[in-house]
Amino acid sequence: MMELFSLALGAVLVNNVVLSKFLGICPFLGVSKSSKNAIGMGLAVIFVIFGASLITYALYYLVLEPLNIEYMQLITFILVIATFVQFIEMFIKKYSAGLYKALGIYLPLITTNCVVLFVAQDNITQGYNLAETIVNSIAVPAGFMLVLYLFSCLRERLDSADTPKAFKGNPIALVTAGLMALAFSAFAGIV
Amino acid sequence: MWQNFKNGFIKENPVFGLYLGMCSALAISTSLNNAIGMGACVTLVLICSNIIVSLIRKITPDEIRIPVYIVVIASLVTLVEMIVHAFMPELYTSLGVFLGLIVVNCIILGRAEAFASKNGVGASAIDGLGMGLGYTFALLLISVVREFLTTAGLSFVNPFDSTQVIFSFTIEALEPYTISLFGASVGAFLTFACFAALFAVLRERANKKEAK
Repeated sequence: MMELFSLALGAVLVNNVVLSKFLGICPFLGVSKSSKNAIGMGLAVIFVIFGASLITYALYYLVLEPLNIEYMQLITFILVIATFVQFIEMFIKKYSAGLYKALGIYLPLITTNCVVLFVAQDNITQGYNLAETIVNSIAVPAGFMLVLYLFSCLRERLDSADTPKAFKGNPIALVTAGLMALAFSAFAGIV
Repeated sequence: MWQNFKNGFIKENPVFGLYLGMCSALAISTSLNNAIGMGACVTLVLICSNIIVSLIRKITPDEIRIPVYIVVIASLVTLVEMIVHAFMPELYTSLGVFLGLIVVNCIILGRAEAFASKNGVGASAIDGLGMGLGYTFALLLISVVREFLTTAGLSFVNPFDSTQVIFSFTIEALEPYTISLFGASVGAFLTFACFAALFAVLRERANKKEAK
């Protein structure tokens, strides 16, 4: 139990996907302009990663490994993810038109959100068992959501700040992200 | 066509201009070796995927084109991953998970969708080469700055044989002043932000010139 807890804490704070592994930067910059969208995107990502990781985990150990075709891993995983994203897109479209409109282009782009593929592959390469896979597939996107939300709050302030012209928009956001990474590196000792 | 090719570097640089493929650009830009290796892999995948997508553009049904492109790209990346694993084991270890993640590099899917699915084979191949080199160019800029600031020198070894050093130098006078922070994630974000700002200025200047 303790190990699972430290795995989760490590994934959220210490080895945060965005700030220390640099994954999912595109939605991190793209959807972080308002905190409401950030939460919507974060939840969608948690849901997709959790579902996709479980399916890919089962596929790997029940199909790919017995048949000795582990090299098909990348192709199978990305197909599962693409299908899953399509599914969640239809779901959100049906139940929350406002969120659907707000997330816009970034929803289908969850397919190319590297966090999803990364978590699916990481569960295999780290040799996690089922419990660890479940914890990892919730904790990693939760870390993504946490940082995305914090960052979106900062960005709402940045919009009204007086920044040098060349740095307006994404560059200053990246500087801010760098400072956040610095702050998060202080968590390094806790696990 | 030359204009298309040139655009990939400054005006429409995929990394600093369009903010695509940033994850790998931030993560593996710690050393020159990684940057060149990653750049070469992405360029290769990009050219091949553009050619294949352009070849099959007329027989691909519109509704399922994205899954088709993704399967094409994933197969190519699997190939490249195997080649790198077999011939460049050092590079394979240092690029690690990011090699497989080329599949979800937005530049590749983006070019397949925006360019190769509408243009002929030759033009698509040139576009892939230009964009790939633009990406490599961006990686080179970031990695040169980061490697120099963390080690006070630069080095490049033959990726096929890691014992063969192609060039390597350090400025000893600067060694006490290296900034290890630039090897960490903070440095990646800061370096990237400065280059992005620089490119924004360059772009604006180019646009102004055109307007005149």
